[in-house]
Amino acid sequence: MRIGDRIFKILAVFSSLIIVGLVIGLFIELLVTSIPSIKKFGIKFIIDTVWDPVAEKFGALPAIYGTLVTSLISLLISFPISIGIAIFLSELSPPFFRRTLSFIIELLGAVPSLIYGMWGLFTLSPLIQLKVGPFLQNILGFLPFFQGYPTGVGYLNAGVVLSIMIIPTISSLSREVFMAVPMDQREAGYALGMTKWEVIRKVVLGNAKSGIFAAGILGLGRALGEAVAVTMVIGNFYNISVSLFSPGVTITSVIINEFVEAVGGLKISALIELALILFIITFFVMGFARYYILRRIENK
Amino acid sequence: MNYRRRKTTNYIMLGICIAAFFIGAIFLFWILGDVFLKGIKYINWKLFVELPKPPGIPEGGFGNAILGTFILTILASIIGIPIGIMAGVYVTEYGSGKLAWWTKFLTEILSSFPTIIIGIFIYILIVVPMKTFSALSGGIALSIIMLPVIAKSTEESIKMIPVSVREASYALGVPKWRTILRIVIPSAGSGIVTGIMMSIARIMGETAPLLFTSLNNNYWSYKLNEPIGSLTVLIFNYATSPYEDWRNMAWAAALILVFIVLILNIIAHIYTGKREKR
Repeated sequence: MRIGDRIFKILAVFSSLIIVGLVIGLFIELLVTSIPSIKKFGIKFIIDTVWDPVAEKFGALPAIYGTLVTSLISLLISFPISIGIAIFLSELSPPFFRRTLSFIIELLGAVPSLIYGMWGLFTLSPLIQLKVGPFLQNILGFLPFFQGYPTGVGYLNAGVVLSIMIIPTISSLSREVFMAVPMDQREAGYALGMTKWEVIRKVVLGNAKSGIFAAGILGLGRALGEAVAVTMVIGNFYNISVSLFSPGVTITSVIINEFVEAVGGLKISALIELALILFIITFFVMGFARYYILRRIENK
Repeated sequence: MNYRRRKTTNYIMLGICIAAFFIGAIFLFWILGDVFLKGIKYINWKLFVELPKPPGIPEGGFGNAILGTFILTILASIIGIPIGIMAGVYVTEYGSGKLAWWTKFLTEILSSFPTIIIGIFIYILIVVPMKTFSALSGGIALSIIMLPVIAKSTEESIKMIPVSVREASYALGVPKWRTILRIVIPSAGSGIVTGIMMSIARIMGETAPLLFTSLNNNYWSYKLNEPIGSLTVLIFNYATSPYEDWRNMAWAAALILVFIVLILNIIAHIYTGKREKR
């Protein structure tokens, strides 16, 4: 009697445990495998700037720098656009077309990252080299960010490619948050004689502040972990540069480019320590945003 | 602030929001158009049946990579779909304690986690002990990427099934597990199917985890314990190569990949629309 029930429940619990176990296992495995590197380099690993497999010297700072810079550029570009899109979709678009219009933006998220990489490498990079780069130098050339010869690939290219990739993440979440703002609050705004924009700014955005903050953080989290597209457009030059035109590296690009040729145990260990750093950064960034959102939704 | 100024601000800001939408849409059509225009020239039937040729030698194809992508996808589905559905069932039907909360939380995190890390995880866990890159490890890596998507969509669509349906089944003396299998999951079926389609579309476009697991293979391969070719790894290798004819091949392969992924997404979209109307 009820043996079926018990087996079924065990299967369900087991499946849940797999998901939980995966994340814990991931962390432990990365940690254990990177112990040789952690022991050898200690804190120097994240402040050194040299990556020399022959001399077995590994410093991750350029990679961490590249990851943070490209992600921040992408967030700077993508956040305002995504919020604009979310406002358009939830407040301005005709209800009949809303689903289709949202779908167009969602498709941006469905395009494989590899395709973004190809687009960035073959279409965007000549554009930056010949048009956008010289143009930015003409008007903003005095800033250190826009010094030097634009090579096409580099931080800027990676930032732009990433910004398009994270638009759907930020905009779809923000849209959901906007839609959750009760209709009567908007109507109350109109009753006070507010214009549509004033209602959006004061009522909708005011209510959704923490939600769009979390959406932005999630977008950032996605940008931090993006691998293939960035590898194709970052330029792969182990270097720290303030100029956005110059090529660089990111955590993911170093892992992809170096892993295949990695033979020495120490090098593998160093690469996996890089992955561990990425794991920790993204886990906390996402965990923070998800916890924030999950808790708020559950409270409602 | 006088009325006219407020009105002008209103129109300007609303205009900016509309413009933002068009920026997003333009990028989508730009990227898709780019792939289409650059890829369509090189599409021919030989691509689907022939093996890759060295650079400089005309013609050739990547039939093995297309087959490889399908093998990897099927492998990942066999592992990922049942576990994903069961995890979703646990969270909605059994879970109220700590495990359910952690499952939900980690599912959310895992669903947008860097896939490259999952690739490395499987590399250490399976590729190193097996001493070879393999289709099996690629399939397992992809199944981990599938899991959270399916678990989430299962959870969300099961939540929509009213309690009364379950109670009706219990009242007839049907045990809980049969109720879930025969009543709850079928009623939530279309939502789960949409989730499965989306997750398949997603893993078909994955590259980073495959670089560490299934690697690549220039020949026809059906064995699970050998490296296997895939569309994405082929595109990555060809697009970053210095050879003109390989790059052209990469565009053709990209067009095929985008076509499959878009079709899956569009079907899922239409399917969801029909469900919501009912």
